[in-house]
Amino acid sequence: MANTAVLDVSNLECVRGDRRLFAGISFSVKPGELLHVQGPNGSGKTSLLRMICGLVLPVQGDIFWGGESIRGLREDYFKEMTYLGHLSGIKEDLTALENLDILSRLAGGDATEDAVVAALGQMGLAGREDLPAKVLSQGQKRRVALARLVLCRTRLWILDEPFTALDVAAIAVVQALLSQHLHNGGMIILTTHQDLGVLSEVSPAGAVQRLQLNS
Amino acid sequence: MSSLVATLRCVVMRDLTLAMRRRADVLATLFFFVIVVSLFPLGVGPEMATLRIIGPGVVWVAALLASMLALERMFAADYGDGTLEQMLITPQPLAVLVLGKALAHWLVSGLPLVLMAPLLGIQYGLPAQGLWILMLSLLLGTPVLSLVGAIGAALTLGVRGGGVLVSLLVLPLTIPVLIFGAGAVDASLSGLGAQAHLSLLGAFLLGALILAPWATSAALRISME
Repeated sequence: MANTAVLDVSNLECVRGDRRLFAGISFSVKPGELLHVQGPNGSGKTSLLRMICGLVLPVQGDIFWGGESIRGLREDYFKEMTYLGHLSGIKEDLTALENLDILSRLAGGDATEDAVVAALGQMGLAGREDLPAKVLSQGQKRRVALARLVLCRTRLWILDEPFTALDVAAIAVVQALLSQHLHNGGMIILTTHQDLGVLSEVSPAGAVQRLQLNS
Repeated sequence: MSSLVATLRCVVMRDLTLAMRRRADVLATLFFFVIVVSLFPLGVGPEMATLRIIGPGVVWVAALLASMLALERMFAADYGDGTLEQMLITPQPLAVLVLGKALAHWLVSGLPLVLMAPLLGIQYGLPAQGLWILMLSLLLGTPVLSLVGAIGAALTLGVRGGGVLVSLLVLPLTIPVLIFGAGAVDASLSGLGAQAHLSLLGAFLLGALILAPWATSAALRISME
């Protein structure tokens, strides 16, 4: 299975409203690789990521995981993938701990409460586990969402602007997580408007692919 | 199988916790039900014979409207903060997650109506036998409202004025439940026996349990595009 875990995207086309955002996008991501999707606002970066997640159906083209179309794989593909959108997926009325616990359990994880607390601690939220998310700052909410990456065992991470709203310390933690994931043979697709130095620290080996979308 | 049950439990507990932290929303639905049902005797007058005839129908229509009120919230909040998006891409079957949400919705907005119905039925001079049948018909019927309502709520996600639209979509579909629900009480009071009506309500419930989660899942996938 390990050698078949490759994401192939072929000839993808996206239409939003009556505007064609992109067409003819093809690439593949192999274990240990990071793909950085670049482009100005409105060029379809988020749409592309949502397509790769299976949330949006492409007008044309297809996405393959290990040689099989993700439309057929469905749940088997979702088992291998973690998506972090620009909406954090955090419930304001639940505590940080409950939020993370539910997210990880629905994702099929079997993390114990200790593991969840440890994950929050790693994201610098120690002592804030039992606060409702609505009293956390924007950056702290983002940290709760990112703490999922500590718990999940998926191979493909799809991250939409993972560094927004984070301070320097948190960015360093996320960088370490991403770099560890690549080191373990994981795959990452992300968008970011941070300068490129952020990514060169994640993967110094030059395993960073770039995909430029034009508006 | 056990993982499906665990998933269902997780979703139900999550939604119940959220409902408990937003008690005002839950109570608003219940008060709406109580007030609508209580207004009729005041408006129609204290004529016992008339009240007894309209009673079951009024309680059922009020239950229908109260459950419509709560429908809009079923997916809208999750849609707004991105948790619904995450549910769509979990390895769990979406139909199970949807069933969990519908079940939680019923526990919060349907079950309390069932429990309060006998108390409100007294205002209409319904005899004990009629109160029991009213409760039983609501117990079988209100879950159908939550399940069918979930389809409408999923279809109107993110649509402006979704609240009105969802009522327009769902209310016509719930007419059979209304007819047989209110009919059960009438039949029992007139001595015909409510067996047939209750059996049909049970059949509606089984049908909705099997079909609605799948229809809702499909609707959610379309709405999230």
